[in-house]
Amino acid sequence: MWNDLLLILDGTLRISVPFVLAAMGGIFAERSGVIDFGLEGKMLGGAFVAAAVAHWTQSAWLGLLGSICIGIIFSMIHGFASVTKRGNQVVSCVAINIFAMGLTVVLANAWFGMGGKTPQLPKEARFLSIELPFAETLRDIPVIGEIYYELISGHNILVYIAFLAVPITAWVVFKSSFGLHLRATGENPLAVDTTGISVNKTRYQALLLNGILGGMSGAYLSTAHLGFFVKDMSAGKGYLALAAMIVGKWRPYSAMFACLLFSILFAIKDKPEISEMLKGLVPLNLIESFLEMSPYILTVVILAGFVGRAVAPKAIGQPFSKEK
Amino acid sequence: MNERQVNDLVVTLVTVTNLLLAFLISGVVIWALGEDPWFALETMLYGAFGYDEGLGYTLYYTTNFIFTALGFAIGFHCGLFNIGAEGQAYIGGLAVGLLCLWLENWSLWIVFPLAVIASIIFGGIWGAIPGYLKARHGSHEVVTTIMFNFIASVIMVYLLSHVLRPPQEMSPESRDFAENVWIPQMHEIFGWFGFEITQTPLNGTFFFALICLFLVWRFVWFTRWGYELRTVGTNESAAVYAGINVSKNIIIAMIICGGLSGFVGINEIMGSSHRIMLNFQAGIGFTGIAVSLIGRNHPLGILLAALLFGILYQGGAELSFEVQAIDRHMVVLIQGLVVLFAGALENLFRPQIEQFVKQVAIRTA
Repeated sequence: MWNDLLLILDGTLRISVPFVLAAMGGIFAERSGVIDFGLEGKMLGGAFVAAAVAHWTQSAWLGLLGSICIGIIFSMIHGFASVTKRGNQVVSCVAINIFAMGLTVVLANAWFGMGGKTPQLPKEARFLSIELPFAETLRDIPVIGEIYYELISGHNILVYIAFLAVPITAWVVFKSSFGLHLRATGENPLAVDTTGISVNKTRYQALLLNGILGGMSGAYLSTAHLGFFVKDMSAGKGYLALAAMIVGKWRPYSAMFACLLFSILFAIKDKPEISEMLKGLVPLNLIESFLEMSPYILTVVILAGFVGRAVAPKAIGQPFSKEK
Repeated sequence: MNERQVNDLVVTLVTVTNLLLAFLISGVVIWALGEDPWFALETMLYGAFGYDEGLGYTLYYTTNFIFTALGFAIGFHCGLFNIGAEGQAYIGGLAVGLLCLWLENWSLWIVFPLAVIASIIFGGIWGAIPGYLKARHGSHEVVTTIMFNFIASVIMVYLLSHVLRPPQEMSPESRDFAENVWIPQMHEIFGWFGFEITQTPLNGTFFFALICLFLVWRFVWFTRWGYELRTVGTNESAAVYAGINVSKNIIIAMIICGGLSGFVGINEIMGSSHRIMLNFQAGIGFTGIAVSLIGRNHPLGILLAALLFGILYQGGAELSFEVQAIDRHMVVLIQGLVVLFAGALENLFRPQIEQFVKQVAIRTA
């Protein structure tokens, strides 16, 4: 039982990485007052580019770089449409998501001809598990050693980067001077403007960070988790990350815990033992279907405000104009 | 030209410019893939119009897009961004299919109105829940409707693979229902009048879609309800001040959205496949967004835009069949660009076009 629990928590960590990265990206954008439903598209685009680049160069790191580039490209398009041209931000996000859905499959088929898939990456071109020091020796110590061995050690580098991104995001947003501008831009852009700081520049900077993190979340899916890209592989994870961010009230640590909460449901779904346990009570395929939709249901339930009202940054979704 | 004509001309020119821009970039993508964009265009146009079978398919797709685009437009007029047409069509279609399986021996004249009601109820409920959550709890409809798309998809997979699938069959589909609740196909309808055309999935639902376009037009611009709906969409606080119940309008708008999207099931299931299938709605809901935005959320514009996307879909199928390097998803890519340029970047060239039109207006006056 204890072992099962450890394995589920281990799975939770692995699954939560794209959520955490994307949610941190979302925090930067939305704290600056730019809506970001486009995380889904950035994740999908990042996943494809990372897989393609890693396949050609046989390097997961170059793949990661590629995914960051596509993330930035998408977030800059979003910035151009919604910050510079002051268009509808939600429409722009949906456009990016649909565009990414089409582009990835078109390119995957044109370049690899495998029905929207990319070739399986060999070990060298993937992010592999890293054994932390002393993991093997400490393994036999009950509880602490086990947790260290199963839970903390033995993940790939992106997992550590993701969980490092949380305190960094928290520090940048709440402690740095850039973070102060960022939050002020999201709450009261006019006041920021009167102090001589450019609202639009701050928003572009926020979107830059957003694109980097959004693209990385995709790279994890294809170069660390699965080892190839497959059509529509983000499957709503970008939206779930956004929901986690809202649930976490635009705060990095709370958002991270919300991400972990979603991930635990996915982890349980992947563990046949759990469904086996409930088998006598309800038909097996019913449980499986229910577990499969549980993260989506949870999102809806949580968004409905059953865990307290989430208050968005005041100026969210409003393009800034000095003339107003 | 009076002011209204000038305005109409500007809007038309802006839309056409944005569309051309989206197509231009798509052409660049095709060129970058090493194919000839002109040949691609020719192939697509031939595929969509060149022979009557192609035209039939084009109009068949058009029918679907009219429904989901209207579903999006009603929400848009109420200030909502309903991207859940996908799930609403799925659940609405489920209702249509179940009804047909249940009442397959009844006359089509009774089953068809019942199917319309069923798809309004089921699709409507699927839209009403996010609507309710938006109205009462402020949950953003973009996230909740997309979650409902995923939930719908899991439910349908479960129902089709474990409940509705006949035991001896392998594929997750329901059984076919009896022929007397099939909506007559266009070649049959033409046959009654002595014309002979090739058999395509195009069916009588096409006329129903045209009726829906007309009804939505009357509803949004000529009824009190429509007026309230638009007021909520344009200025919520003004609506509250005027004594309009905002929550009620949001929920009603979402029910209508869901119902209209659900009619996709009538076209697909009652009109063409005659059984409930997996993913029969795939992509139609998202295309509806692009169609509605290009059509500027007006029924006449939607009709034209739906036709355009019917051409793109059918032509795109022809294209991917002719040219191996170009995938069917090319259409999805074009769709994304269209939403970007006709939606988010709609004001990109507006100042220039406005100025141009005004100058022309002054000279001709």
